[in-house]
Amino acid sequence: MNIEVEVNGVGYSRDIEPRMLLVHFLRDEIGLTGTHWGCDTTNCGTCVVWMDEVPVKSCTVLAAMAAGHSVRTVEDLEQNGTLDPVQQGFMEMHGLQCGFCTPGMMMTARWLLDHNPDPSEMEIREAISGQICRCTGYENIVRAIRWAAEHSGEPADKAGEVMA
Amino acid sequence: MTAVSDTETTIGFGRVLRKEDVRFLRGKGNYVDDIKLPGMLHGAVLRSPYAHAKIVSINTAAAEAHPKVRAVVTGKLLETLNLAWIPSLSHDVIAVLATDKVRYQGQEVAFVVADDRYAARDALELIEVEYEVLPAVIDAKTALDPSSALIRDDIEGKSDNHIFDWDCGDQEETDQVFDQAEVVVKQEMLYPRVHPAPMETCGAVADMDPISGKLTIWSTTQAPHAHRTLYALVAGLPEHKLRVVSPDIGGGFGNKVGIYPGYVLAVVGSILTKRPVKWMEDRSENLMSTSFARDYHMSGEIAATKDGKILGLRVHVLADHGAFNNTAQPTKFPAGFFHIFSGSYDLRSAYCQVTGVYTNKAPGGVAYACSFRVTEAVYLVERMVDCLAQELKMDPAELRMRNLLKPEQFPYLSPTGWEYDSGDYPRALRLAMDIAGYETLRQEQAEKRAKGELMGIGVSFFTETVGAGPKKHMDILGLGMADGCDVRVHPTGKAVVRLSVQTQGQGHETTFAQIVSEVTGIPIADIEVVHGDTDSTPFGLGTYGSRSTPVSGAACAIASQRVRDKARIIAAAMLECSPEDLEWESGRWFVKGDPSSGKTIQEIALAAHGPLELPDGVEGHLDGQCVYDPPNLTYPFGAYICVVDIDKDTGKVNVRRFIAVDDCGPRINPMIVEGQVHGGLADGVGMALMEAIAFDEEGNCLGGSFMDYLLPTSLECPSWETGQTVTPSPHHPLGLKGVGESATVGSPPAVVNAIIDALSVYGVRHADMPFTPAQVWRTIVGSPMRTDMAFK
Ligand code: FES
Ligand code: FES
Repeated sequence: MNIEVEVNGVGYSRDIEPRMLLVHFLRDEIGLTGTHWGCDTTNCGTCVVWMDEVPVKSCTVLAAMAAGHSVRTVEDLEQNGTLDPVQQGFMEMHGLQCGFCTPGMMMTARWLLDHNPDPSEMEIREAISGQICRCTGYENIVRAIRWAAEHSGEPADKAGEVMA
Repeated sequence: MTAVSDTETTIGFGRVLRKEDVRFLRGKGNYVDDIKLPGMLHGAVLRSPYAHAKIVSINTAAAEAHPKVRAVVTGKLLETLNLAWIPSLSHDVIAVLATDKVRYQGQEVAFVVADDRYAARDALELIEVEYEVLPAVIDAKTALDPSSALIRDDIEGKSDNHIFDWDCGDQEETDQVFDQAEVVVKQEMLYPRVHPAPMETCGAVADMDPISGKLTIWSTTQAPHAHRTLYALVAGLPEHKLRVVSPDIGGGFGNKVGIYPGYVLAVVGSILTKRPVKWMEDRSENLMSTSFARDYHMSGEIAATKDGKILGLRVHVLADHGAFNNTAQPTKFPAGFFHIFSGSYDLRSAYCQVTGVYTNKAPGGVAYACSFRVTEAVYLVERMVDCLAQELKMDPAELRMRNLLKPEQFPYLSPTGWEYDSGDYPRALRLAMDIAGYETLRQEQAEKRAKGELMGIGVSFFTETVGAGPKKHMDILGLGMADGCDVRVHPTGKAVVRLSVQTQGQGHETTFAQIVSEVTGIPIADIEVVHGDTDSTPFGLGTYGSRSTPVSGAACAIASQRVRDKARIIAAAMLECSPEDLEWESGRWFVKGDPSSGKTIQEIALAAHGPLELPDGVEGHLDGQCVYDPPNLTYPFGAYICVVDIDKDTGKVNVRRFIAVDDCGPRINPMIVEGQVHGGLADGVGMALMEAIAFDEEGNCLGGSFMDYLLPTSLECPSWETGQTVTPSPHHPLGLKGVGESATVGSPPAVVNAIIDALSVYGVRHADMPFTPAQVWRTIVGSPMRTDMAFK
């Protein structure tokens, strides 16, 4: 079947099998491999993206269900060469190690801060509790999201680009 | 806080932000499943539904007829290539695809290569396998009974399920100590089978170039060089035509040390189809078939005086290795480093005996941050010490304090032959108790108990042994455990360092640049770390057992020192003086007594590549190399305290606080070290509370998905409280000890000790992990479960 999906502000039209998962559509069909896949049972959250401004587990959404909707992935967090405060916070507070859970964690974090700009530690822990990180023990992810809350609205440190 | 830009000029050790983050944060990591090559096909594995069954027939005709299928591989086909069986990491064999029978649920039976991953899976359904089901051996405790089915009838002359017996320590002397002891406490305990479960599963992309004959394998491997050599030996492929690339790895924890059948099948698929083939397992395959950890049934005994002086330890272990002995241990040590089980205590005598058995379960590996079974050893001794404390009615922290090795006893030769390099144990325990407010916690506990509430405080102390070799004692399949490193300074003073080890999240791109920077004074930002590609890095055995910093870090420090030494000779030629007249300050050689005349490392690098005349015998350019064969292991240690509250109505354990004091010597990057500790603490909480792979009596794996194999989330983990002491290793060039697995080793007994402490009001002395609400409740009512099986 043919579907049209908007991803990160760009329209894509693809012929796909009706059973194709959104995560595979993003990764294999349009080459956005920042979104990861980590389980068969909707438990890990490495696949979290936004569909119409709401975080979803893209392993549990058919690509066909995303037709006509807009999807946002980790690749869209950086805007005009400036890291999102969430990205900056993950770097500053060492909120990632292997980086595999990180895109999903950051997409949830961005959504949380958009709806609750000053979350408590417990609110952050609840927000990310549907996602698993095997490396960090979560502490630095919580600190990273707090960092982003405290530094939102400030001009982001451009140094992130310099290093890239 | 260090800003990102600070790394531009920062030199040496300290908290700097990670270089690798810039790609991960943008979704630009390059993991194995991100690799897409022109014409690439996809493989999928058909697995056994049975734990033990004879294969009567396999019919692949319908799968082969599928329009998108390019190849179907069975064990029979592999036999013609001499690839149906490959050597295991422990001088056994493993089946790539089963030929005669299947020996565990999830074992590989057939492989399909198709145009896309969906079609490959579809075709699996078209393969018909006829099985004749055999009785399965699931309980390790009955595996040696003559009535148990024979699992390994493929081994000529094999008539039972016995793998090995191994012992260590002085049995006679230990028996004497026990005979004369005033107090002896015995306890049986199980360290259940758990799984590393990195967020990225295992996979590979194999690309055989039919013209050049060069085979490139991108795979999830913690040890790319060891893999290359093994592929060469196994498949008879010339090693120089083999390139193994370990790109970004989404967590390893030991899961990615071995070579899995899927990797070999991707290679076979590429050879057969002459196209690149990707194989990526799903989560169930990862949990059911790849390297697990632990599965140790331990019977421990501890001997002491009435006033709490520990005298001896004795233990018998029944080790469940699954259907093939594939545990990655140094050849001489079939039970890994379990014989460090005398722990951190000054005791007279210790003896252990380990029996390994086959069962119809997935084969093992050195997996899940275990430092070659130090995890099991530390769990045993730390539980035994708590059992003794309970028997003697002593405070467990006080009992430990009384028996810990004293700083003046180092270097310390343990009763089982380890030479502990350095330590100040009482200081670490005291610090942990201070951070915890130990005495106040005990008061609070007394008040809670008076009100009928369940609160527990658990203490553990661990001594790790990491950084394997030396290679004269340690090898894996004949490959000595030493690691190489090359440091090369370019004419403009920027440098590249090439490593044999491979990061899976530990931050090597930053910390190894910091090591080079510390020694040479070149800014961290000017140093590129190259790793994970066998074509561009020196040989070495890879990253596991917390060995990167102690082994490869030492190689890197020495190679950097050689650069600095060479820079001195070149600077002397530039300044027309003798090298002995020069003195070093960070990044610069200068004339003693005349600090204004000197040359920076960058100036020296340029001169080293220029027309400058060098003394006889000194070659140009500025580089250094080292192959580091460690003289001894390093011995990081730590003191952990855990506080739990238990809801006695639901059996739910809440880990309220966790205090971890670690001593890993000097810290290259304290931020990264702390992160490593945090991750290991979460592992420990997971194992203590929820992680275990159990089986039913037919051998069905009951932990085959994240619905059943539970991992700790942000809600089960407390906010970690960390502290440190610093005791350098005397034999590492920079005093570094390694830390990757410390917290995984040290934390499970702290959590379990806390839980048992809480439940001791019911007269409980021990029950096995994981403490799910059901297990807590069963323990309270006096009938704790065997957590490895569903039918007892
Ligand atoms: S891949 Fe695990 S929740 Fe989506
Ligand atoms: S950083 Fe590795 S899983 Fe979260």
